[in-house]
Amino acid sequence: MSEAISSLHKLNYGSMSRDRKRALWWSYFFLIVFAIFFLTPPIYMMVTSLKTSAEISAATSPWIVQSPTFQNYVGLLTDSVFLRFFRNSALVSAIVVIITMLVSVLAAFALARMKFWGSATLATGVFLTYLIPETLLFIPLFKMFAWIKETFDVQLINQWWVLILLYPTLTVPFCTWIMIGYFSSIPKELDEAALIDGATWFQTLTRIFIPVAIPGIIAATIFAFTVSWAQFLYPLAFTTSAEELVLPVGIISTLIKGDVFNWGQIMAGALLGAAPPLIIYAFLMDYYIAGLTAGATKG
Amino acid sequence: MALPLILIITLLVVYPAGYAIHLSTLNKSMERFVGFGNFEFLFGRETFWMVVKQSVIFAVTAVIFKAFIGFVVAHFVHNIPSKGQRKWRGMLLVPWVIPPAMSTLAWLWLFDPSYSAFNWLLAKFGVAAIPWTGETDWARFSVILVNIWIGAPFFMIMYLAALKSVPDQLFEAASIDGANWWQRIWYITLPMMRNIISITVLFSLIVTFANFDIVRVLTSGGPVDTTHVFATWAFKVGIEGGDIPLGATVSLFMVPILGVAAVMILRDINKRGVEA
Repeated sequence: MSEAISSLHKLNYGSMSRDRKRALWWSYFFLIVFAIFFLTPPIYMMVTSLKTSAEISAATSPWIVQSPTFQNYVGLLTDSVFLRFFRNSALVSAIVVIITMLVSVLAAFALARMKFWGSATLATGVFLTYLIPETLLFIPLFKMFAWIKETFDVQLINQWWVLILLYPTLTVPFCTWIMIGYFSSIPKELDEAALIDGATWFQTLTRIFIPVAIPGIIAATIFAFTVSWAQFLYPLAFTTSAEELVLPVGIISTLIKGDVFNWGQIMAGALLGAAPPLIIYAFLMDYYIAGLTAGATKG
Repeated sequence: MALPLILIITLLVVYPAGYAIHLSTLNKSMERFVGFGNFEFLFGRETFWMVVKQSVIFAVTAVIFKAFIGFVVAHFVHNIPSKGQRKWRGMLLVPWVIPPAMSTLAWLWLFDPSYSAFNWLLAKFGVAAIPWTGETDWARFSVILVNIWIGAPFFMIMYLAALKSVPDQLFEAASIDGANWWQRIWYITLPMMRNIISITVLFSLIVTFANFDIVRVLTSGGPVDTTHVFATWAFKVGIEGGDIPLGATVSLFMVPILGVAAVMILRDINKRGVEA
């Protein structure tokens, strides 16, 4: 009898671990299938970027590089127009990140700690603002800029730096939202203690809030950078001449010349354009994910 | 201290949004008030209804598949030993990290009419070349496919985090009661993840409805305007066509749909919150 029970146990154990093994096997199988789906385009970008134009138009397999070459990369990195795009993108993103963090840290500090008239409404309003897509705003903004040109004679359209004015609308609401979350989680006793010790509001912010909320600040900074770097609609609508373009629009509008598609160079450019976010992601993956998923956002 | 924030929001978000409504009531040269003239004009145009239909198909199909694929992939990642999870998660998130305009270029090249690498593979199996962006139905399929590719990893990461927060005891108890895997998903995982699913779907609906990059780069709305969504058509009419009021009117059509989606799902979350 006891033997029968123990053999039954063994049998159950065996089938359970077999089930689990099979489930694991299927998990790996489907993960590989999905990884192929998700990674094919970037890998194909890389493959194409290493080919010469002659090899791209030859009848050989598009998936394999016969004679790898870096000429596409060299060509782009010595091209003053492309470097100009890169410079514009880098400048715009860097300045937008600085503006965004200054504005949103200050605002979040005020909204998280100082209760003033309408502060709760404002916090909700900030989040609702984030829901208004830029695709709704670009046409009225375009008209507003035309009006500014007529009234004050300041030309805002077709200037790369005008993007510095526009991008904060995309980054500030969400970064403020992230920072409110981080600041609210700081115990009140901490800033009360600081106040009793005679710290000013500004000292409380710089000595207590910012150091404690460093992970949130890193996440918000990465978010602001990624959004500014990837933004496509605003530069497409507001800048046109080659020296004012940022990277995404520059690659699409100058490298695609009519019907003569220089795909090796386009793919090399696209990869270089994707490189900064990918590098940040590779090194700071956890902050990256924290920043872009805080409060369930885009996708 | 919140003043810069208020200034940015008022001047560059709230004011333009209101101004869009004002613009939509003007004629093309923006000199005359035409009331609902632009709306009447749009309602009478076949292209407009096609854009409405396409925007809805695009957003709804893409979000359903993104949510589904994200859910499935999250389960597979959750299933494997936790040692390897980080590596897989890192790999599967790559589409979401590359700027959409750049990755859509890769798809454009994969879909190229004469050098399509997909068609080359298909030809190996004796399948005729597919006009990925050349024919209406295929082009609609392609823009949705690219959108799913970019958005699914985001769902995956959200659902993975949610899965981790479901207590293991629930699954153990269910196994003891003899629940199969489907019952475990239906009676434990889905109810536990209901809130996060609603929120991700809501946000994704909003972003997908307002999508611009993918359609613009992949098809520019073609062939013959059949893949336009509100944002790309508004850009074409308003900026490229020079009819700013009409473009503003088109873009305003995103508002009610997004508003309804937001109210519906947010109310649903509140209701469930009360029940729980």
